Amino acid sequence: MAQQVFAYIIHKSGVADDTALEMITAAGKLNADASVTAVIAGSGAELDGVCKEVASSFSEVWKIDHETLAYINAEVIRPMLTRILPKQGIVLIPHEHFGMDLAPGLSVKLDAAYLPDAVDFEGIEDGKLKAVREEYGGQVSTHVLCDISQGAVITIRPGSFKADESKSAGGNIVDKTAEAVEGGLAGGVRRFLEIAEAEVGDVDITKSDVLVSVGRGIEEEENLEMVFDLAKAMGADVSCSRPIVDAKWLEKSRQVGTSGKTVKPKVYMALGISGSFQHLGGLKGAPFIVAVNKNVKAPIFQAADVGIVDDILDFVPELTDRINEIKG
Amino acid sequence: MEILVCVKRVPDTAENEIEVNRDGTDIERDDLVYSVNEWDNYAVEEAIQIRDKVGGSITVVTVGNEEDEEVVRREMAMGADNGILLSDDAFNGSDGKGIASVLKAAVEKGKYDLILTGAQADDGAGQVGGMLAAMLDWPYASLVNLLEVIDDKKIKVGREIAGGNQEMNEIDLPCVLSIQTGINEPRYVGIRGIRKVASLEIPVHTAAELGIAGNTVGESGARMKRLDYFVPDAGEGAEILEGSTDEIIDKLVELLKAKGGIK
Ligand SMILES: Cc1cc2nc3c(=O)[nH]c(=O)nc-3n(C[C@H](O)[C@H](O)[C@H](O)COP(=O)(O)OP(=O)(O)OC[C@H]3O[C@@H](n4cnc5c(N)ncnc54)[C@H](O)[C@@H]3O)c2cc1C
Ligand SMILES: Cc1cc2nc3c(=O)[nH]c(=O)nc-3n(C[C@H](O)[C@H](O)[C@H](O)COP(=O)(O)OP(=O)(O)OC[C@H]3O[C@@H](n4cnc5c(N)ncnc54)[C@H](O)[C@@H]3O)c2cc1C
Repeated sequence: MAQQVFAYIIHKSGVADDTALEMITAAGKLNADASVTAVIAGSGAELDGVCKEVASSFSEVWKIDHETLAYINAEVIRPMLTRILPKQGIVLIPHEHFGMDLAPGLSVKLDAAYLPDAVDFEGIEDGKLKAVREEYGGQVSTHVLCDISQGAVITIRPGSFKADESKSAGGNIVDKTAEAVEGGLAGGVRRFLEIAEAEVGDVDITKSDVLVSVGRGIEEEENLEMVFDLAKAMGADVSCSRPIVDAKWLEKSRQVGTSGKTVKPKVYMALGISGSFQHLGGLKGAPFIVAVNKNVKAPIFQAADVGIVDDILDFVPELTDRINEIKG
Repeated sequence: MEILVCVKRVPDTAENEIEVNRDGTDIERDDLVYSVNEWDNYAVEEAIQIRDKVGGSITVVTVGNEEDEEVVRREMAMGADNGILLSDDAFNGSDGKGIASVLKAAVEKGKYDLILTGAQADDGAGQVGGMLAAMLDWPYASLVNLLEVIDDKKIKVGREIAGGNQEMNEIDLPCVLSIQTGINEPRYVGIRGIRKVASLEIPVHTAAELGIAGNTVGESGARMKRLDYFVPDAGEGAEILEGSTDEIIDKLVELLKAKGGIK
C-alpha cells in the first residue's frame, strides 16, 4: 500500500492531545511500514512547541501557522486541509468534539470514504479496510469494510489504540502555510466569538474520593433521593451521566464524561449507567468501579471491577440501610 | 424562517436490550420497539421554538421506507408543519454519504434557511449533517447546544466542547447544524396529537423525482459496508457478585470498606 497516512493533531495550551500518539499505533495497524505525517494547525510559539513535541514521534510534521488559527474553527481549517492533503491519502482524526465538526465535511471535500469512530483495524485486502466499530452505545460491535482505495477520512475513538511512546521517528517540520492559504482564506461564514466557561456547581466532583454516580436507569427524578441517601451513608458525592443533566434533574457540574467533568475518585459506583465511551472517557486514575445494572450485557460491566445485576430501585435502598446499620 | 429537520427511525435503546441475531447478520429485530432518534427530538423541539418566535414553517424529512414514515408523523404531531418521506429501492444499501446525497437532492427541491440534524444516531457516526453541509457548500456547526436567531441573515450558536464548556459562534444562513441533547426539553406528544395527524398524507419522493442518478446512492455508491454484528470477547470484565441480595450486599460492603468507599 503506497497510500500516505496523515494524522491531524489536536492540541491545547501548547500540548498535544493524548490521541496524537494513539494515531501512530492506529496508522501502524493500517500498514506496519507506513510513514505517518502529522498535520498541526495553530499559530505562533504555541504551535511551534507542539510541532517540536510531536516531531520525534512522526516521520514528518506539516505545520499550518496562521493568526486565524489561534482558535481553530473547523470551517476555516477544512478548506486549508482540502488544499494541502493529497486526494488518495488516508487521514486520521480523533473522534471528539472538534473531529466531529471537521471530519465528515472533509471527507466530502476530498471525495474520500468516511469511516467514523473506528475502535480497531483488522487489515486491508484489495483496497478495502476491515475495521471494528460499535453501535447502540457499545451494546454491539460491527465489522465494517471501507473502500479506502480512493482515499479515506477515518475518525479514531480516543483511548481505543495504545499510545506509541517510542519516539522513534524524528521527522522534519515542513511549513505548509503558504500552500494552505493559497487563493485566500475561506470559512468566514462561521465566526468564533468566545468560550463560555462551564458553570461552577455546589460540589466539585473532580476532588471527590468516592462518587456515587447515577444514570438513566434511575427512571424518575423523585428516585434521585435514594441515590443521595446512599451517598450520604457512604460519605460520597453524587455525580451522574449526561441524560440526568439533559433532563435538568442535576446540574451540569455533576456530569462525568468527555463533555462533562474528568474525575479521579478511588471508588466509583455506577448506578443504572450503560457505560458509553463518552461517559467512561471522564473516569481517570483507575478507580475501583462497582456497577449496578439490570442488564447483564451492559457495556459498563466490561469496565467495572465488580458488577451487580439488579434493579437499582430495589438494590440501592437495601445497600443504604445496611451501611447505616453498620455505622450505627 | 423555513426549517428542515432530518430525522431517523431507530430501535429505542431505552425500551430494548440490543442483541445480535444467531448468525451475526443483524440485530435481533423481532420484538424491537422503534422510535425517533433521541437527538432528532431535540432538533424538532428547537425548530418549533424558533418558528414560534420568528415565524416560518418546519418540514421533517426522513430517508427510509413505509415503516419509517411513522417518525415523520410523530414529529408532525409534536408540531412540525410538513413531512416528507424519501423512499426508493435505489437507496437500499446506502452509507452515510448516500443518505446525505439523497437529503441534498431534497434540500435543493425546497427553499430552506436552516437545516437541523441530530448530533448522531444509533450508529454513533455523527456524519450526515456535516456531509450534507459540505455537499451544499453551506456553513456547518456540530454539537449545538444553544441557538439564538440574530436576524434573517445570521444566528448565534453554542457548540458543546470538552469539560462542559461552550464555544460560541456566529454563523450565516443558510446553514446546517447538528443538535446535541440538552439544548431544550422536548415536549411530550400525547395520544391526541398522534391521532390528529394519523390520516395526513405524507408525500413520498423517489430517486427519479429527486433527480438522483442510481449509481451515486445505494449499494453501488457506498464505500462503507457493514459486514456483521458481534459481541466482543468478554475479556476480563467485572466480577459479577452472585447470591441472595443479602449475600451480595455483604460482599460489596466488605469490598467497599477495603477500597475506602465507605467513610
Ligand atoms: C459528543 C457527545 C458527548 C457526550 N458526552 C457525554 C458525557 O460527558 N457524559 C455522559 O455520561 N454521556 C455523554 N454522552 C452521551 C452518551 O453517548 C450516552 O448517551 C450516555 O452516557 C448514556 O447515559 P446512561 O448510561 O445514563 O443512559 P443509557 O445508555 O440509557 O443507560 C441506562 C442504563 O441503565 C440500565 N437500567 C435501566 N433501568 C434500570 C434499573 N431500574 N436498574 C438498574 N439498571 C437499569 C440499563 O440497562 C442501561 O444500561 C455524549 C454523547 C455525545 C454524542
Ligand atoms: C434506505 C436505507 C438503506 C440502508 N441500507 C443500509 C445497508 O444496506 N447497510 C448499512 O450498513 N447501512 C444501511 N443503512 C444505514 C445508513 O448507512 C445510515 O442510515 C447512515 O449511515 C446514516 O445513519 P447514521 O446513524 O450514521 O447517522 P448519523 O450521521 O449518526 O446521524 C446524524 C443525523 O443525521 C440524520 N439522519 C441520519 N440518517 C437519516 C435518514 N435516514 N434520514 C434522514 N436523516 C437522517 C439525523 O438527523 C441524525 O440525527 C441504510 C439506511 C437507509 C435509510
